[in-house]
Amino acid sequence: MNSDIVARVIPCLDVTNGRVVKGINFVDLRDAGDPVELAARYDAQGADELVFLDITASSDGRDTMVDVVSRTAEEVFIPFTVGGGIREVGDARRMLRAGADKVSVNTAAVQRPELISDIAAEFGAQCVVCAIDAKWDANRNSWIVYLHGGRTSTDLDAVQWAEHAVALGAGEILLTSMDRDGTRDGFDIALTKAVSSAVGVPVIASGGVGTLDHLADGVLDGGATGVLAASIFHFGDHTISEAKNLMSSRGIRVRPV
Amino acid sequence: MTVRPRVAVLDYGIGNLRSAQKALEKVGADAVLTSDAVVVSSADAVVLPGVGAFGACMNALRDVQLEKVALDAIASGVPFLGICVGMQMLFDGSEEDTEARGLGVIPGHVKWIPPTVQRPQMQWNQLNLKKDEPLFNNLGEHPWMYFVHSLHGVPNDDSFVAATVEYGATLNVAFRKGNVFATQFHPEKSATSGLGLLHNFVTSVNA
Repeated sequence: MNSDIVARVIPCLDVTNGRVVKGINFVDLRDAGDPVELAARYDAQGADELVFLDITASSDGRDTMVDVVSRTAEEVFIPFTVGGGIREVGDARRMLRAGADKVSVNTAAVQRPELISDIAAEFGAQCVVCAIDAKWDANRNSWIVYLHGGRTSTDLDAVQWAEHAVALGAGEILLTSMDRDGTRDGFDIALTKAVSSAVGVPVIASGGVGTLDHLADGVLDGGATGVLAASIFHFGDHTISEAKNLMSSRGIRVRPV
Repeated sequence: MTVRPRVAVLDYGIGNLRSAQKALEKVGADAVLTSDAVVVSSADAVVLPGVGAFGACMNALRDVQLEKVALDAIASGVPFLGICVGMQMLFDGSEEDTEARGLGVIPGHVKWIPPTVQRPQMQWNQLNLKKDEPLFNNLGEHPWMYFVHSLHGVPNDDSFVAATVEYGATLNVAFRKGNVFATQFHPEKSATSGLGLLHNFVTSVNA
């Protein structure tokens, strides 16, 4: 790892109908609080960025999300990304105008890849994050892209899709291992390494963090420059500061809290 | 200070202007997003933000007739802050789009970060301060700021450089020339250190 790289610790807030929830393997939901309150707390704790994932299906819920973004922009002065339900450029524009710094696209970008180039053309590649939910397929001996929050499989190879997304203008890849998500067994290092070696843009590792060492593994072994986690922070198991101290003790440069 | 300084944030349809406005309000300014020459000319300070591509930003600025407005504000002597591509536009031109002409306020050019390191630099990094600059007051010796960029400013005259960071090379990331201050990083997204810098900018209005 280049010594000028400073790794980012990124709490993820899954939001539905204006509340933060955490899905375990994308299903069981537990209520974890007000998103704006949590976002401000993470900012104060020294989080480097935040990700809001809107898991609402209804259009009423989407309006609520715009309101969450707008209120967050008034209180939180670190970069934040909003994903979930970004289907067209207009959806991205709404979130960015409300105060988000980046949008992440997932299902709609697989179905219509020009969504990535269209958003990048209007707002710049730096604000387009391509989120990829990937799952190991033993028969094909590779990771396959899943859509709709992990409910729908595709024929798409995750590493190839990441490369294509970057070629289209994605400025960053948010890579979630569906095999690990919610397990607390650590990131899928092989997957993370495969994608981070294939693309030139930053990769954020996601899915499976159970200990602080897992965060460091994602950077040192997986080649990620951002590490994303939810449960270990939401339920008070660990603070951002503890995460950064551990990463620092393992030789990773971080912004101290 | 009893009256909140009025800060005009130049709105030419590019990027996330709301966060710049909210951050300025947070540190005590009355911040307005505007493309109105009259509003800008009566403001106590002016901010030129920008994200995306150099050429696209210059075109957008010219399309809403803000190029002259920005240059007039600078000539008037009010505190002026350029952020990110808003900083880059103050130079003569950029390697990103060699056809596009910049504002030519800071003589020099914007150049690519060396390809030996991941581009863009999308992370926090620690400043090395090169000037006894009032906007750095109370930020500590090496404040952390948030960056998203693939190019950086190289002025003809090094004395305009106010701060650098190490990223593949020593990159110039803040500049001072008279009433103009400019940052490659995003103070509005740099938590307490960024808000501290903006606070210093806003209070410089009455200084």
